[in-house]
Amino acid sequence: MAETFPVDGSRAKLALERHSGAGIAVWRWAGTAALIAVAVVLPFTLSNYHVFELTQVMIYAIAVLGLNILTGYNGQISLGHGGFFAAGAYTAAILMHRYGVPYWATLLPAALVCFALGVLFGLPALRFEGPYLALVTLAMAFAMPQLLKYFDNWTGGKQGLVLTKPMPPPGLGIDRDRWLYLFVLVVLLVAIRVAANLLNGRTGRAFIAIRDHPIAAAAMGINTARYKTLAFGTSTLFTGVAGALAAIVIGFVAPESFTLFLSLSFLIGSAVGGIATIGGAIVGGFFIEFVPNFANDISDAAPWAIYGLTMLLFMYVMPRGVVGTLGPWLAHAIPSLDRRAAPPNDTNVNGGL
Amino acid sequence: MHQLLQQIFSGLATGAVYASLALALVMIYRATDLVNFAQGEMAMFSTYIAWTLVNAGLPFWAAFVVTLAASFVGGMLIERIVIRPVENAPILTAVVVTIGLLLIFNATAGWIYSYTLQEFPSPFPDRTLFGALMTTRDVGVIAVTLVMLVALFCFFRFTATGLAMRAAAQNPDSARLCGVRVGRMLALGWGFAAAIGAVAGIMVAPILFLDPNMMGGVLLYAFTGALLGGITSPVGAVIGGLIVGVTENLVGTYLIASQLKLTVALLLIIIVLVFRPNGLFGTAVVRRV
Amino acid sequence: MRAKQTIVAGLCLAGLMLAGNAVYAAGQYGPGVTDTEIKIGNTNPYSGPASAYGINGKVHAAYFAMINEKGGINGRKINYITRDDSYSPPKTVELVRQMVEQDQVFLIFASLGTPSNMAIHGYMNENKVPQLFIATGADQWNDPKRFPWTMMWLPSYGIESHIYANYILKNLPNAKIAVLYQNDDYGKDYLNGLRAGLGDKVAKMIVATQSYETTDPTVDQQVVALQGSGADVLLTAATPKFAAQTVRKVYDIGWRPTHFLNSVGNSVGTVMKPAGLEKGIGAISATSIMDPTDPQWQGTPGYKEWLAFMNSHGLSGSITDVQAAIGYSYAQTMAEVLKMCGDNLTRENVMKQAASLHNLQLPLMLPGITLNTSANDFDPIKQMQLQKFDGTTWQLFGDVMSGSGT
Repeated sequence: MAETFPVDGSRAKLALERHSGAGIAVWRWAGTAALIAVAVVLPFTLSNYHVFELTQVMIYAIAVLGLNILTGYNGQISLGHGGFFAAGAYTAAILMHRYGVPYWATLLPAALVCFALGVLFGLPALRFEGPYLALVTLAMAFAMPQLLKYFDNWTGGKQGLVLTKPMPPPGLGIDRDRWLYLFVLVVLLVAIRVAANLLNGRTGRAFIAIRDHPIAAAAMGINTARYKTLAFGTSTLFTGVAGALAAIVIGFVAPESFTLFLSLSFLIGSAVGGIATIGGAIVGGFFIEFVPNFANDISDAAPWAIYGLTMLLFMYVMPRGVVGTLGPWLAHAIPSLDRRAAPPNDTNVNGGL
Repeated sequence: MHQLLQQIFSGLATGAVYASLALALVMIYRATDLVNFAQGEMAMFSTYIAWTLVNAGLPFWAAFVVTLAASFVGGMLIERIVIRPVENAPILTAVVVTIGLLLIFNATAGWIYSYTLQEFPSPFPDRTLFGALMTTRDVGVIAVTLVMLVALFCFFRFTATGLAMRAAAQNPDSARLCGVRVGRMLALGWGFAAAIGAVAGIMVAPILFLDPNMMGGVLLYAFTGALLGGITSPVGAVIGGLIVGVTENLVGTYLIASQLKLTVALLLIIIVLVFRPNGLFGTAVVRRV
Repeated sequence: MRAKQTIVAGLCLAGLMLAGNAVYAAGQYGPGVTDTEIKIGNTNPYSGPASAYGINGKVHAAYFAMINEKGGINGRKINYITRDDSYSPPKTVELVRQMVEQDQVFLIFASLGTPSNMAIHGYMNENKVPQLFIATGADQWNDPKRFPWTMMWLPSYGIESHIYANYILKNLPNAKIAVLYQNDDYGKDYLNGLRAGLGDKVAKMIVATQSYETTDPTVDQQVVALQGSGADVLLTAATPKFAAQTVRKVYDIGWRPTHFLNSVGNSVGTVMKPAGLEKGIGAISATSIMDPTDPQWQGTPGYKEWLAFMNSHGLSGSITDVQAAIGYSYAQTMAEVLKMCGDNLTRENVMKQAASLHNLQLPLMLPGITLNTSANDFDPIKQMQLQKFDGTTWQLFGDVMSGSGT
């Protein structure tokens, strides 16, 4: 077999893999299975409210994962993912409210709609880089609430849409909160699996190549335009599905639920977790969900100042995010439990914003 | 016809508000290659400082000068303490840090000064000009913005420090080899930007009224204007800001219901950018392969 | 990630401990009530686009602190928990669930915002938790049959715009009306209320409408466009900042319509003065509460008591803000209802008492305006009075009017 070196040049990792291939695989599977087992059992040990909170964490994690695909792995910044989240949420809400579609059947349409939107967006976005791309995506974040309020026949306008919350299947003996938790957990696991396959394969490598050295990538025959657009579409697909889940779990959608701050929150979650990682999305989800409450407990006079300070703290101590910084460190210390793509090249994460 | 003139002049007045903040954004971008999302909130905070001074009895122009100086120093300190640690981190980290600053400034202003609307004194009398097409305050904003623009232009083009700053931003390593103190240039850039923002805030507060959310909406339009004009060009920033103001007004009045004004205005601007991806007056970035 | 799980586990423990502390005496106490304490919850936008309303929550907290200083209500202190939802409905849902399920509050009081309340009212009614005196004036809330646990406080926006519509029909029958409104539930309710109030004359009378977003820096474009429609009556449904800009711009461009300013945007201190007092002369508005910056009320005992309260509780920065007067009156109503419950502090009884208000007078309400509720009527305040601005103060005129909403 020809000698190949991984992009990050970690010869230690390569050696480990070659010499203990089967051993690592067993560790990886055992570790993942253990985590999943804990996640499944957890809701039955916590109160309804905490189950609800953790469900929110998972929804945000899926949304942030979408952003990671685009901004972390492909280097295209987006300040407008809240808009795509809203698109997914309203697709699900309108299907449920107007057409009586059962909640679980709204996920696929939401995914398709948001994928199409992402591709449509990604095409003109090819022209833009850095702050210009930021502006274009920012426009999405601002335009979405306006459009939602304007087409109020469909969207319920400023009143929003109240949705009936789904009942758990009879005979299972669990209540609504726990059923929704498990439902979202399954979607999260599927999302992680799909993302991992995508990002660790050819497409992922193409994304990373375009992010780090677009000209070299094109010279090597990668169709930059196609992959960048694909990255956009895939990213918005994930975030759109998260939006649909949010609509189902909260039971209400309104334009006020999808402000610019939501888009910024996703970006924050992404950066804090680790922009070019998959596990970082979960950390990001926890950050977005819990730190505002924690900040409120510390100071009810200026909680967002505490939130901002916490963000700064994370960025100073771990500039690559929690998983982005701890991951490579762990990879040297113990066999890694899931493979990570190469960490982002410092100067090119988003084309120089 | 009168409507049209009214809307255009009104758009120029609002556009000048955007242009003044856009200048600060361009300043930071040229000096440090970073978009500072906290620029609006810093300007707002400076304006509150000025307001406190005026309320404490200082005459307007004294408060103005003190605020400018304080903002300058504040901007330099922020660069040194807050931004410097993430200088070598991925750029997204720095962006997120500026978002954090945005939150901190906004929340702190709300905490200290509450969210109640405040009046802010204007050095210009409250009168209308040109047969009610504009007020003296609007003209004041335009005039001050143009003065700042000229000052900035001359600074970058004709002074040694301006040259050093441009060098430090474009190629820090080479600049260091030439003896430019890059760190100091970065701090200076932030200081100047903060001062410009303070002027913008002080000029604008009598028109928009002072509250912690005063600059929130303005930042989006200023950002749009700066990019439309070319994020590296101060002249572009001002023209871009004015165009955004006028476009927004005309779109909302003649093209589509005001409920979609923002969406359509942004769409039009993006279409323009598709044809000129570096803005109207920006220079294309040429990268060596 | 481990740190986060520790936090979650810690929160669980805290929740369990709090739950264990609630004392239940034989059916007389609902959750959150003990012999010495009544715990009530609130969500308010302390940040974000609606942060100007945050003062409401602060005033409530100060008022309840004052009541506690004087010994509480029937010997029980009020434990008032308020959290910031930034006007975001998903956040409101989360915070309300936290307060109801984890903090075990007795009821939710004065949650602010239509979308925020819409997001939670299914949950509140399903779990039979009182959603009392919600801080929004949208018309749909007065529906005791379908939502027996949800009660309003403010006169609905529809009532107010009906009053304006009636005035216009009577005094300005040939008016051409322009409307400037904030593009959300609050602004649109005014527009729809006006439309409903004008009946079949709507098409003829309303000649132009313009909306604005709270992110718009100015409303100059909208005002100029409305002038261009040739209207001679203007209704402005705006929050203070934009109302002030509107009053000023209308004057500056030389337009002199009969200007109706809605009740949220008519404060002398935060709207008329920044706009320029002489620019608002002749404006008409309606109100049910005293404007604390209006000189005519500043000699009344009610105002003096309120001013002393504000200054002694760290709120002197907001003595010009009519929202502070409104928040005070909300809190007084809540205290009154809790007092009426005596020792029978169950959730059912609280709703019953709240639905039995008869001619309740509050010191900051206009003379002649009282709170009334019944089993079929969950809107305590239905009366307003018209007033005209004379350059210094709002002069009340006409009778106290009742509207019927939509």
